[in-house]
Amino acid sequence: MRFSGWQVIKQGLTGNKGWKPQWRKPEPKPEYDIIIIGGGGHGLSTAYYLAKEHGLTNIAVLEKGYLGGGNIGRNTTVVRADYSQPGNSEFYSYSLKLWETLENELNYNIMHSQRGTYRLFHSDGQRDGFARVGNAMINQGDDAILFGRDELRKRLPYLDFGNTRFPIFGALYHPRGGTARHDAVAWGYARGADQRGVDLIENCEVTGIDIENGAVCGVQTTRGAIRAKKLGIVVAGRSSQVAAMAGMRLPIESHILQAFVTEGLKPVIDTVISFGMGHFYISQSDKGGLVFGGDLDYYPSYAQRGNLPRAEHVAEAAMALMPMIGKAKLLRSWGGIMDMTPDGSPIIDKTHIDGLFLNAGWCYGGFKAVPGSGFSFAHLLATGNHHAPAAKYRLNRFNAGDLIDEEGTGSQHNLH
Amino acid sequence: MRINCPLCGERDLREFYFKGTKLACPDSEEWGADWDDYLHNRDNPAGVSQELWQHVAGCGVWLIVMRDTVSHVIGRVAVAKDEVRDAG
Repeated sequence: MRFSGWQVIKQGLTGNKGWKPQWRKPEPKPEYDIIIIGGGGHGLSTAYYLAKEHGLTNIAVLEKGYLGGGNIGRNTTVVRADYSQPGNSEFYSYSLKLWETLENELNYNIMHSQRGTYRLFHSDGQRDGFARVGNAMINQGDDAILFGRDELRKRLPYLDFGNTRFPIFGALYHPRGGTARHDAVAWGYARGADQRGVDLIENCEVTGIDIENGAVCGVQTTRGAIRAKKLGIVVAGRSSQVAAMAGMRLPIESHILQAFVTEGLKPVIDTVISFGMGHFYISQSDKGGLVFGGDLDYYPSYAQRGNLPRAEHVAEAAMALMPMIGKAKLLRSWGGIMDMTPDGSPIIDKTHIDGLFLNAGWCYGGFKAVPGSGFSFAHLLATGNHHAPAAKYRLNRFNAGDLIDEEGTGSQHNLH
Repeated sequence: MRINCPLCGERDLREFYFKGTKLACPDSEEWGADWDDYLHNRDNPAGVSQELWQHVAGCGVWLIVMRDTVSHVIGRVAVAKDEVRDAG
């Protein structure tokens, strides 16, 4: 069914009885051309673009739980392209362009809202650094505006401009940045892939990868063995475990990143704001909840929940930046498991095993990357060649010294 | 999480700094696959992991901590230099 305003009216007048499930629940076939492990945002977008851009439809997406039940449903929904390093700059720029046409492309309301993002700076040095990032964004063809304190105060009057410990000097504004409804992105890609014949197989955990003579020949799963000559691992958060099934040891450590949402409030924050002197960034969801997050807890974890010191830090940063939210009540807090790489940038590459491809290491950049990652990974799987915007995301770049260290924090997994 | 420092007793997570997984440094003095592996690659277990922590806001001692990355349960905690000495 094609979604439209007309359908909403028609279904409304006929008791809403015509809505159908948005994808099938197929049984796994014994063999596919390509298997994607992982039915999250990246896996589903990969399957969608394989079908749409490359005409490959004998494809299965294997998901151990339910579609979109992992990090695509646990992030803070920010979409932006404000990167400066070669490698990241062209990739996130490309991904943002895909976002801008995604709703029409998928015929799905993903509630993409380009409400702008502000990155605050609090010193002369930080302003110079952000000016450089802004210039890199403009050179890439994206948009960036450097606001001084007076202009920023007109735009965001509720920030604490009287804070003397962390004085607000201004902000780097990215008008095309914003947010999107995260679950809907997964559902839209799932529906689009399913319509083109891709089998989306839920409750199907991969338990082993079959390799013969250095080449992939299939997988073992909780729903039986399935053969395929090409296999894409797209399981950020659990990449080390799945890659270990192929005997690989990855440059990844899994860390916990916490996020928080308050009770629903009247509209108050119509943009995305990130604090430059502590780990805190905030936006408001369409339901009214203030959605905010911080930084890693710093120790490796698979627990999907964090500890209180980080929650405390985030609350302190919130109070330092916008004391007006101090009385808002927290509704929930949760954690997501990040694939942290030594330079804070992802991996989209082939491996030393024929037919085995890896999409991993998304650190905190995963949600905004969903369209670009799927497009580039599909290109690599289908053609065997790297897609230009993602060509620098190589698995061997750490050994080669070609790091893409956006934050300049050095080669340690938990410092990015 | 609370870590039981052998010198100070059980203390809050805020007092400790996480350095990383405990790894054996390569012997060779030239860059090679062993150094690449040591610096970048990790077993990254979902389960018990052997880690280096420092009690920075306490006695400053370096600790070897057995910690479960799924449940956050802290197991054996030992003073790092004692472990190295006992290992010869």
